[in-house]
Amino acid sequence: MPKDQGIGASSKRREDVRFLTGTGNYTDDINLVNQTYAHFLRSDVAHGTINSIDASAAEAMEGVVKVFTAKDFEGVGGIPCGWQVTDREGNPMQEPKHPILAEGKVRHVGDPIAVVIAESPELARDAAEAVEVDITELPAVIDMKAACAEGATKVHDDLTSNLCYDWGFVEENRDAVDQAIKNAAHVTTLELTNNRLVANPMEPRVAVGDYNRANDEHTLYTTSQNPHVIRLLMGAFVLGIPEHKLRVVAPDVGGGFGTKIFHYAEEAFVTFAAKALNRPVKWTCSRSEAFISDAHGRDHVTKIELALDADNKFTAIRTETYANMGAYLSTFAPSVPTWLHGTLMAGNYTTPLIYVNVKAVFTNTVPVDAYRGAGRPEATFQLERVVDKAARELGMDPAELRRLNFIKPDQFPYETPVAVAYDTGNYDATLDKALELTDYAGFDTRAAESKANGKMRGFGIAHYIEACGIAPSNLVGQLGARAGLYESATVRVNATGSIAVMTGSHSHGQGHETTFAQVVADMIGIDESQVDIVHGDTSKTPMGMGTYGSRSIAVGGSAMVRAAEKVINKAKKIAAHLMEAADADIELKDGQFSVAGTDKSVAWGDVCLAAYVPHNYPLEEIEPGLEETAFYDPANFTYPSGAYFCEVEVDPGTGKIDILGFTAADDFGNVINPMIVEGQVHGGLAQGLGQAMLENCVYDDNGQLLSGSYMDYAMPRAHDLPNFTVDHSCQTPCTHNPLGVKGCGEAGAIGSPPALVNAVIDALHRGGYPVEHIDMPLSPSRVWNAMQSVK
Amino acid sequence: MYNFDFEQPGSVEDAVAALKEEDALALSGGQTLIPSMKQRLNAPSKLVSLTGIEALKGVCQNGDTLSVGAATTHATVAADGGAYAALAALAGGIGDPAVRNRGTLGGSLANNDPAACYPSAVLASGATVVTNAREIAADDFFDGMFATALDEGEIITSVNFPIPEKASYQKFEQPASRFALTGVFVAKYADGVRVAVTGASEEGVMRWAEAEAALSADFSPEAVDGLTVAADGLISDLHGTPEYRANLIKVLTKRAVAAA
Repeated sequence: MPKDQGIGASSKRREDVRFLTGTGNYTDDINLVNQTYAHFLRSDVAHGTINSIDASAAEAMEGVVKVFTAKDFEGVGGIPCGWQVTDREGNPMQEPKHPILAEGKVRHVGDPIAVVIAESPELARDAAEAVEVDITELPAVIDMKAACAEGATKVHDDLTSNLCYDWGFVEENRDAVDQAIKNAAHVTTLELTNNRLVANPMEPRVAVGDYNRANDEHTLYTTSQNPHVIRLLMGAFVLGIPEHKLRVVAPDVGGGFGTKIFHYAEEAFVTFAAKALNRPVKWTCSRSEAFISDAHGRDHVTKIELALDADNKFTAIRTETYANMGAYLSTFAPSVPTWLHGTLMAGNYTTPLIYVNVKAVFTNTVPVDAYRGAGRPEATFQLERVVDKAARELGMDPAELRRLNFIKPDQFPYETPVAVAYDTGNYDATLDKALELTDYAGFDTRAAESKANGKMRGFGIAHYIEACGIAPSNLVGQLGARAGLYESATVRVNATGSIAVMTGSHSHGQGHETTFAQVVADMIGIDESQVDIVHGDTSKTPMGMGTYGSRSIAVGGSAMVRAAEKVINKAKKIAAHLMEAADADIELKDGQFSVAGTDKSVAWGDVCLAAYVPHNYPLEEIEPGLEETAFYDPANFTYPSGAYFCEVEVDPGTGKIDILGFTAADDFGNVINPMIVEGQVHGGLAQGLGQAMLENCVYDDNGQLLSGSYMDYAMPRAHDLPNFTVDHSCQTPCTHNPLGVKGCGEAGAIGSPPALVNAVIDALHRGGYPVEHIDMPLSPSRVWNAMQSVK
Repeated sequence: MYNFDFEQPGSVEDAVAALKEEDALALSGGQTLIPSMKQRLNAPSKLVSLTGIEALKGVCQNGDTLSVGAATTHATVAADGGAYAALAALAGGIGDPAVRNRGTLGGSLANNDPAACYPSAVLASGATVVTNAREIAADDFFDGMFATALDEGEIITSVNFPIPEKASYQKFEQPASRFALTGVFVAKYADGVRVAVTGASEEGVMRWAEAEAALSADFSPEAVDGLTVAADGLISDLHGTPEYRANLIKVLTKRAVAAA
């Protein structure tokens, strides 16, 4: 029987009551007395010198409060980067200044030049049209390889080139990898692009700045995945506001997918302007504006080589990747193509030698940073595509080539040649599960039916491994992170036994209010309804690092467990006192404390009451009250993995793909709420298949965004996707966190793109079109064009 | 969006009078005009809504002709246009439910978006566009991308569609906008077959004369096999090359004949 409460139960998402009835409290729902409205005047050219800005006509317009430009920010810091990568020579990356408003030059379409503050959003927008900006346009740097060429126009005049860093990993392996490839029985090579994406959360970004002159306190309401990180970055590095005078609130947030991790100029602007004007300042991003101001994702160009020996065992992998940074370094941008990408290049396999070279490049485009999966989808895509191509070249079943090279269950913990140690896993088990759920054996019959109907059917396999639960602070510190990556929680028990958990994790769709409550309720044995989860406000929660990288349950959940354990230990002492027993004899089950071996018991609520009404209480031994805080710093990453199978039909007349079936067999370790996990996988698959088939962010040679709206940027819709078959019954619990959990938020977006592309390539080969590769998105025209190229 | 005046007259005469003001624009379903105004790409001084004019609404059959009022929504044509099933199916496949319940036939034709569905039906049917001033044959109405034979202030009142013996519209959706990346409408009449193509040409909706001749002689998908479509003059964008669109024209024509 499925449980109806606690860990393992598919408890309904309590937050959905407000989300589905229109009673959520999003940042745009926040309106303050005497509020003003900001409109950002943004560059419409990709690269240019600002000769002059004349805001006098705009400032004279009725309802206009002030027009800000860069000169108002003299002495104010730039937007900081949170991660420093060191290049192959041991030198730090090139790190240009990222001003709040453009200083002298604009560097991408959307770069903010001036901000109009007015009494209404419409007046601010009207006045922005009256700001006269004289710009001399410069050649745009768009193509990454051209940007690296000798004599290329520079995005930043004060840097030596457009190369942010040239990173090698593992540098000491370089020669050995070269040698192994030279000596290989077979080498499979693939060149591919990981397409640039726009995150497109349902809720665009919003920021409201408020300032209280009486006590010199700032408040920023913002659409963030990590309010404490924003407080730290903005307070310490940009505006110089100490933490006790700066509160950051991220209330209900309508999706993030990574793009709401970062500290943005608009947040610093509204906070600064609210004090300068002594009035609240609100900025609400339009959808069109989001396309040119939210950090984009992916955008890698890669060459990968896979070497195999005569027994078809992988002997070496060598990759060279160009990674687009855009015009400025967004908060975690440098870490994505390096430590979140290179460390995953072993995948599920025993490849002994790996060398990853990454050149990060500045271009006149919107900054690029983490997007659902962040580095790990890019690693998985190239690896699973090249393995598939190798299987085809060798005439092997792609599942069997993978199985032959899998790390086997008895090899864990497994040290990869790319610096990470997988604690647990069972890749054969997820492969077997996916095979079982997919009727692999019956594929040929189905393919024959498709052929009879004039269609080409194909089957694609991909495996993935990801590193979640980021991350051990001491490790990421060595790797260049400028922050710790622990998580925090306070468990506050009220006098009547109900509980509030203040977590440093942030929920923006993941359902933490439900799942975190399930964990604490389960530990104590009380009803879930007795536990509330509080998040998203630096004045309420302990310093926490927020939600990204599928880290919330693994790191935030662990902190919560540690805090709850402290609470339970103290409560046991109180219970022991109440029952006149020894602490060590107290057991807690189903909300009752009992003395082992006796029928004596006292209820959870009575113990809580005693803690706050300590009439009969061991005051000489312990303090009254029942509230504990814990900080948890993980010992390792967690390593979810899975087998993803995709079955497609391709229409040879149009190149259109129909996804007929998709199976995801994941190993997430222990699962708190199966329904929510399933939903997370569905969402990840929709985004991954969206990248593979539909989404594409495209600039022209002048740096104009061609896919700047939903008229040209294709988002996945329900009818583009099949009914997914999702399974997470293969469970190898994480060995180093108290819940044995691994994280599930990004898996779908990581494993699905190569599964789909492999399936389409398979269909084309079976249909007589020996196409080796098609770059994503596999739009009908791209598939058709590829077919014509081999006709 | 900039500020504008708004009028909702009850008759065509009043609407024509209201449109005499400089920079006044007629508003029907607003599915193109309103978004362009929100993006500040269009700034009329006044909008004259045609949706209050009952005489412009509804679908009725007169013998072999289906007459559709210009302010009839796509949803209504889909529901009430069964006498011309291919036309009703086309209307039912435009946009999404919100678009279909606001957008109108007249609005679509007057705008003449090169990727809109309706122009192909009007052209393939050899329909007659009726305005407050005159009747315009389909072959004379469309005048290139976003251009028509309509004079300033002229209002479409209805469109008369001769009902064909057989017809089908095959739309291949652009992946993002879900407009026609290419759409082909084939209509077979006693005196011949007409084939109209939308979404493909830089000149907007067009007829495919070679296919019409071949299909008039032999109304079968194979009749088109020997024909080729030149890529010259076809649209090139993020979603398809001219060669891809040329291929779609042929593929969709064959499928339309098969489905008709």
